[in-house]
Amino acid sequence: MGTTASQLRKDLLSEYQELTFLTKQEIILAHKRFSELLSKEDRNLPTPRVPMEKVLSLPELKSNPFRKRICHVFSTSDMKDGSLTFEDFLDLLSAFSDSATLEIKSHYAFRIFDFDDDGTLDGGDLEKLVNCLTGETDDTRLTTEEMRQLISNILEESDIDKDGTVNLSEFQHVISRSPDFVSSFKIVL
Amino acid sequence: LDRTSPERPENTLSSDSSSSSGESGDEDSLSEGEMASLKEEVEEKKKLIATLRNKPWRMKRRLKLLKECQAFVEKFEGALGKGKGRKLYAYKVMMAKKMIKFNRDFDNFKTACIPWERKIKEVESHFGSSVASYFIFLRWMYGLNLVLFAFMFGLVVLPEVMMGLPYGSIARKTVPRAEQERAMDISVLLDFGGYCKYSILFYGFYNDERTIGVLQFRLPLSYLLVGVGIFGYSLMVVIRTMARNSDEGGDGGDDGQFTFAFKMFTSWDYLIGNPETADNKYASITTSFKESIVDEQENQKDENIHLRRFLRVLANFLILCSLGGSGFLIYFVVKRSQEFANLDQDELSWFEKNEVEFVMSLLGLVCPPLFETIAELEEYHPRIALKWQLGRIFALFLGNLYTFLFALFDEVNAKLEKEKSIRNATIWGLNEYYSNYSSYHNTTDIPPPDIHPADVIRGPCWETAVGIEFVKLTVSDIQVTYMTILIGDFLRAMIVRFLNYCWCWDLEAGFPSYGEFDISGNVLGLIFNQGMIWMGAFYAPGLVGLNVLRLLTSMYYQSWAVMSCNVPHERVFKASKSNNFYMGLLLLVLFLSLLPVVYTIMTLPPSFDCGPFSGREQMYNVVMETIENDLPAFIGNIFTYATNPGLILPAVLLMVLAIYYLNATSKNYQNANLELKKKMQMARDEEKNRRNNKENTNQVMQDLEDLLPNRSLLPPAAEEENPPPVREKGSKSPKVAKRPGAAANGKGVNLQNDVSLAAPNPKAAVTHPPGPRGLSGNARGPPPGPVRGRGRGTPPPRH
Repeated sequence: MGTTASQLRKDLLSEYQELTFLTKQEIILAHKRFSELLSKEDRNLPTPRVPMEKVLSLPELKSNPFRKRICHVFSTSDMKDGSLTFEDFLDLLSAFSDSATLEIKSHYAFRIFDFDDDGTLDGGDLEKLVNCLTGETDDTRLTTEEMRQLISNILEESDIDKDGTVNLSEFQHVISRSPDFVSSFKIVL
Repeated sequence: LDRTSPERPENTLSSDSSSSSGESGDEDSLSEGEMASLKEEVEEKKKLIATLRNKPWRMKRRLKLLKECQAFVEKFEGALGKGKGRKLYAYKVMMAKKMIKFNRDFDNFKTACIPWERKIKEVESHFGSSVASYFIFLRWMYGLNLVLFAFMFGLVVLPEVMMGLPYGSIARKTVPRAEQERAMDISVLLDFGGYCKYSILFYGFYNDERTIGVLQFRLPLSYLLVGVGIFGYSLMVVIRTMARNSDEGGDGGDDGQFTFAFKMFTSWDYLIGNPETADNKYASITTSFKESIVDEQENQKDENIHLRRFLRVLANFLILCSLGGSGFLIYFVVKRSQEFANLDQDELSWFEKNEVEFVMSLLGLVCPPLFETIAELEEYHPRIALKWQLGRIFALFLGNLYTFLFALFDEVNAKLEKEKSIRNATIWGLNEYYSNYSSYHNTTDIPPPDIHPADVIRGPCWETAVGIEFVKLTVSDIQVTYMTILIGDFLRAMIVRFLNYCWCWDLEAGFPSYGEFDISGNVLGLIFNQGMIWMGAFYAPGLVGLNVLRLLTSMYYQSWAVMSCNVPHERVFKASKSNNFYMGLLLLVLFLSLLPVVYTIMTLPPSFDCGPFSGREQMYNVVMETIENDLPAFIGNIFTYATNPGLILPAVLLMVLAIYYLNATSKNYQNANLELKKKMQMARDEEKNRRNNKENTNQVMQDLEDLLPNRSLLPPAAEEENPPPVREKGSKSPKVAKRPGAAANGKGVNLQNDVSLAAPNPKAAVTHPPGPRGLSGNARGPPPGPVRGRGRGTPPPRH
């Protein structure tokens, strides 16, 4: 594993295998890629943290429209700055791995889409979601009228108790009927 | 955001630690009950450990819980180990641990063994999961072919090579004298004649001795069983993969229910790692949003439905014509090749010699784009149009293959005729030799004729001829595919890139631009290639090895080509639901390629002088011979009984009945499913209504309550009908009075019902004379008895 000062301890490795959906090779690869993101001084810390900008430079996340939300959701930082420790990184990879269950994936998808972190997907969250999906440039965005129509259609489909928001169980209900969700909600290093 | 995570494990843990501290004092004297409960807790902890990764908690918390659980388990497994049966228990625990570790290591090893994972992942990040699904399919095919090759090679080719007679020892293994001077020429070898024809690659090389070598290996039996076993194994693997795929897909029935939600929540492909692909994806998502919004707003206007129908009928007619035309062309060309075979080989050009394969490949190249152009007349929705296109290409390939087979079959019949005459001549010649020899030397012990193997008169050996045709077809298919990629993709990309500098219009944006990867065309090509292999493997054992090489090089070649010459699709293609579709096609092709081989084994007589079945009436006679000679007598009897029509007909009848019964059961399950779905819908709607109504009723009831002084909400008409039982329970009326008020808040609607129902009851009870009403506190109180009865669900007394 090259010149990284901190290697992964064997007992930790087997515990991570127990606790995540990743195989041994995937955990070792994740450790290697994580160490590459660390600066030289940080490598000797007991629990180093990678700042969000560095995480977003990973090729797997660079082109993802939800990259910032993903970092925020998996980050355990007190300063809410989206920085990740190695264990957060493993959590991320485990949730996005091939063998993760539908429940885990839909749970995290919900939290990623919940832009204001209030536990429900309301109109504002959905609007931000659509804007993320249609790209950054102005000519690909939807008009206000189209946006309004789209959001009302979505709420009509998914909001069962008609409270104007989509909560976690309604979201999971919708996702469980989708045949492509599990195969597209994947990130592999 | 504070998630609703279950607090239970922490609580049980704390209670466990408290109970464990209580028990740690007297570990040595655990009673049976305590042991059992302790065991149960340990099992629970183990289960928790196994499901920890399913919980969406932070790693820190999971680690802490894991350590606690592991410590608990370790501590008390030791405790449980004391007492009777402890050695066994400890041993079981140790074996379980070792098993888990072994399973995990084995899983890791299996994942590491999968080849080309990096390559496919790279393709996936550039092109999305649909293009990558083709490469995953290719890899799966490679695995299948590798196993088939192992069977063929290990059980047929290797024994013949190692234990059978070498080249040149007997007639069938030697190049005939007439062909020997040309046998080493490259042109002859490339046509699979000469030394190639009389080698292990083809059926004719194999000897028909019942057992060969020291190990008494039964080659003819093995050849037959491997030939059939190839189909059996392929069938098993295909069906197993289909079952696994259909497990993962949810029910595709409710397509229209969540269109917008699916587009929002599931349309992004998280495997995309390339900015250009991401931009394409953004564009396609935006387009699809706008399309569905417009669809939703607009009414479905059928403008000019007659014109559309006419155009569709016209398009289908044109396509049928082209399909028929291609079939006829192939038949014509095969017939011509038979005539060519009769002419002198030197006078034919390369084109004339390989006409059949060339024409077939050309048709496979030209017709699909033709179909696509004609299909534009039809104006279907893109997904439906794609299905039609795939179906048509499938029909084209199938038609071509079967026409080829029929033409080949004519050739086989011709060869069989020729063989009869040669066989008669050979037998006549042999008889002559024997009679001459015996009359000359006056003995009955006659040695076999002393002719050099190359000089013996040979029959036409139709199986090898068929094998050669299949091998040539496969080779030309490979050549055409690789050439197409080279010219159609690579050359095109080079021209677009380098001529762009000096061309009038922008080659990259307009015509011709870079090519997109044709997923469906490639997958169908792969499926049909496999069909040809299945058909030809029986006649040419070397064909499977050839296919393994082809798939291996295809993998590297195509992944290079796609990365360097193709661009991601403009319109995104959802591959997930189609997986079983391609597997279904593969299954169909498997059955269709099984038919000719089975027909050959059962009906056509094998050649008399080449191959492992020579000299027998039918090929399957080998099995009968083995049963008679090698297996014990009673097995022969069993087989005779089993093949009795009296047993087979009832068995067939039973199977038909079983199929009918299972069909009926599955229909019933589907109906039950629909009913349940309807019920769920109704329950959902009811709940929605109830909540909506609750607001209204609540409001109305609240207003009414505020107006009335006594908090009684019933109309005065009810007070006249005070049933006698009320008096006895008069003391309870204050409590009851609260009831209607209480009831009103939750079940305002029900209360009205109660009141109206309460009316008829009092007439029934006439045992007690009506007493003074002063006792009932609320004069205008409702008749509490019936209402109470209703409230409690007990019916009022009736006489």
